[in-house]
Amino acid sequence: MHELSVTEHILNLSLQYAEQHHATRVTDIYLVIGRLSSIVDDSIQFYWDIISQNTLCQGAVLHFERIPAQLLCLDCEYTYEIPADLTPCPSCSSTRIKVLQGEEFYLDSIAIETATEEK
Amino acid sequence: MSNRVTVVENILSANDQVAHLNRKLLDDRKIFSINLMASPGAGKTSFILQTIKALSPSFRIGVLEGDTAPVTIDADKVNAVGIPAVQINTGGDCHLDAIMVSKGLEKLPLEQLDVVIIENVGNLVCPAAFQLGTHINVLIASIPEGDDKPYKYPAIYRGIQVLIINKTDLMPYVNFNMDYFRQGVEMLNPGLVTFPVSCKTGEGIEEWVQWLSAQIQTNRS
Ligand SMILES: Nc1nc2c(ncn2[C@@H]2O[C@H](COP(=O)(O)OP(=O)(O)OP(=O)(O)O)[C@@H](O)[C@H]2O)c(=O)[nH]1
Ligand SMILES: [Mg+2]
Ligand SMILES: [Zn+2]
Repeated sequence: MHELSVTEHILNLSLQYAEQHHATRVTDIYLVIGRLSSIVDDSIQFYWDIISQNTLCQGAVLHFERIPAQLLCLDCEYTYEIPADLTPCPSCSSTRIKVLQGEEFYLDSIAIETATEEK
Repeated sequence: MSNRVTVVENILSANDQVAHLNRKLLDDRKIFSINLMASPGAGKTSFILQTIKALSPSFRIGVLEGDTAPVTIDADKVNAVGIPAVQINTGGDCHLDAIMVSKGLEKLPLEQLDVVIIENVGNLVCPAAFQLGTHINVLIASIPEGDDKPYKYPAIYRGIQVLIINKTDLMPYVNFNMDYFRQGVEMLNPGLVTFPVSCKTGEGIEEWVQWLSAQIQTNRS
């Protein structure tokens, strides 16, 4: 699976921001991932523990905010969430739907420690 | 002291930046490009060969072949019909990314090409997340894979501009409910341009190649 390269991207992005802000250590990583974006979080943590060694991110805790897949029925305007499988509108069975959320796939923020007081 | 740094950046933004550069390289040369995705054995290489046969009198084609192992089977098949093909070995990765494609493009004679077709690694999950910078993303679904794939792999159906339904010659032998399949696709990607084909009999290839030719022409002008 592609979790290893995804994890490498998370590490590089985090390190980039950590260095910009003169971090001495990164303690937490906050990720936002939608249900429709097929990423397995357990294996990201597994790879993370290995590849973050000897970097500013060593020991940083990964936090996953999972956004449910939310759909809008274009026929009856009913809004519903799907657990896993794609399903037609539970209210009117229409298949004319729009994805409102669930495709998020971004690094929201990181928590860092810095040596000196800044402002 | 500790504090929170706001990032709000796509996890794969580094890949997307390289994808933009790939696109610029291709656009500067007026080359139309296709990222071809599918599960293993769906018929990607067969489809490329059929497309070459129908398209090569009118346009000059180059091919990038992605594989997880250092094998050149697919590239050899394309080379055998006189088309430049470069093998990209992902070193075990289950998808191509924009950097691999950028390196592959360097090895193609771009100045002599109108179209570049990229065969992604056989996989329905991972390639969906990695943009390569191509003009269109194409998915091949094949009949023996079953009619439930859009329901199980929604992400890849969301990000494509063209769907090819291959191996239609096997319809009589497989329980494949076309209505159920198409309903799933329609939910994820309404109005998606779709071509049912058989790479074995050649059925449907002409319609696809006509559509593709029009796209290539539009891209040039
Ligand atoms: N019956 C039938 N067989 C097909 C068709 N298209 C491809 N095949 C067969 O399906 C098998 C796989 O085809 P390939 O073109 O190698 O598939 P691929 O997606 O490139 O496979 P990988 O690169 O290994 O992932 C071959 O045995 C093809 O002959 C078709 O339309 N009908
Ligand atoms: Mg192949
Ligand atoms: Zn409804």
